Amino acid sequence: MLELISLSKTYRTGDAALSDVSLQVPKGQIVGLIGPSGAGKSTLIRCINRLVEPSTGKIELGGVDLVTLGRRDLRKQRRRIGMIFQEYALVERLTVMENVLSGRLGYVPFWRSYLRRFDASDIQRAYQLLDRVGLLDHADKRADALSGGQRQRVGIARALAQDPDLLLVDEPTASLDPKTSRQIMRLLTEICTERDLPAIVNIHDVPLARQFMQRIVGLRAGQIVFDDAPTALTEDALTRIYGAEDWDAMRKGDIDQAEAENDAIRQLAEVGA
Amino acid sequence: MSGTYPATWRRPPQIITDRRLRIGLQIGVLVYLVLAVGSLEVNWQRVSEGLERGQRFIMGFLQPDFTSRWRDISQGLVESLTMTLTSTVVGVLISVPIGIGAARNLVPRPVYLVCRSIVAVSRSLQEVIVAIFLVAMFGFGPFAGFLTLTFATIGFIAKLLADDIEEIDEAQAEAIRSTGATWLQLLNYAIQPQVMPRLIGLSLYRLDINFRESAVIGIVGAGGIGATLNTSIDRYEYDSAGAILLIIIAIVMVAEYGSSYLRKFLQ
Repeated sequence: MLELISLSKTYRTGDAALSDVSLQVPKGQIVGLIGPSGAGKSTLIRCINRLVEPSTGKIELGGVDLVTLGRRDLRKQRRRIGMIFQEYALVERLTVMENVLSGRLGYVPFWRSYLRRFDASDIQRAYQLLDRVGLLDHADKRADALSGGQRQRVGIARALAQDPDLLLVDEPTASLDPKTSRQIMRLLTEICTERDLPAIVNIHDVPLARQFMQRIVGLRAGQIVFDDAPTALTEDALTRIYGAEDWDAMRKGDIDQAEAENDAIRQLAEVGA
Repeated sequence: MSGTYPATWRRPPQIITDRRLRIGLQIGVLVYLVLAVGSLEVNWQRVSEGLERGQRFIMGFLQPDFTSRWRDISQGLVESLTMTLTSTVVGVLISVPIGIGAARNLVPRPVYLVCRSIVAVSRSLQEVIVAIFLVAMFGFGPFAGFLTLTFATIGFIAKLLADDIEEIDEAQAEAIRSTGATWLQLLNYAIQPQVMPRLIGLSLYRLDINFRESAVIGIVGAGGIGATLNTSIDRYEYDSAGAILLIIIAIVMVAEYGSSYLRKFLQ
């Protein structure tokens, strides 16, 4: 179980990215984190594996406070936290296999990783994961030879190779087309269910979040303003998360769009007549 | 309609907006140029003598003599090539750790400052100056040349490698870091794949430069083909000097094409 206790992050520039965020994620739950750009979604998940250092507060993963760890212990805890990135963040010039095996780096000594002599069990697990995400035939290709959806699946396999207790997922579908996005989301949720793995998923796409998440947390200006089941995500709730003005502006945009379309249809009709 | 808008347009001055200041500066620069050229003292008699000497030089070029000094030339060549290869290899080996240390995104600030200063010292001292100094320390011969070129290689490769490391895709490094990798593993899995092709390209390029430089520093006593060239010019044997220059040009061209071919192959 993951527990955030009044977590805050203020950047050196003075921007308060997170203020007093408390959150509990039980085992096996997939939480969607939604909110406008700059609401602190990315900061929140990066605080958990301390790619960003939190200012105050506690983060407990299975009883271990992650905030106070020293370098060596932090590395040990990072092994337990798999991360999946927006632009895949694969090492482009390495092979698919090397990318998946890099999930084991926290477990092997330097010389083994340098010579690419991983344990037989690690290699077996890597092949098994590649098979699970449907890329067994691509193991020896370079990562930059794959398509977007394939790369993200390698990203998922890499995170799972860590044998994590938690998945952090940062905008997994932002650079994918709608169909591939759904495939990736389905794969993610299936895997989390199979392994009883909790996950926090930053997601821009509200319909996608509604469809795949078990619980949705809305973040606005660094604070949690919504925390409930996807079915409770009404228009009012969306207004609370994204702000009334933006919402109206978007709807006004829709009306403008509709008017423009009607106008075009009318003109076409006139030309035809 | 057309009457209400201007029909001409000029690009507004970008750097110095004041017209008088701009014209004043232009006149000033012109006057300085004329005065500066006027202050050069040219000894026309010496020039005409030199022209004749230059003519002999060119004639030597046209009739290069490879044979009569071949022993000296081949010995100089071997020395130069040895110097070039050894100094490039040793220089690159030393400059890799320094280059990593000089990359702001990988090391703590004190290490960064120390490594950047090493790079700055190496880059600010021109090869000829270093060669004169090292020849004074270690005596004439290729050892001083080897040290000079190694020293120069460190500044060149370490700086360009560090700049390259600072411009890597941070997301890839972040991903490796988040797996719990150590610093060395981060270097091996996230940094090395991103900078390796360029490091190899730079090393080949430096090999080229080092050969050319070996001819120059030979003139101040650091051995190699430069020393042979210097001797033949001192003896007014322009036909041998011409032969040496032709050989240098040929080798540089071969190295140039070879390294660019290899770099293309590596991409």
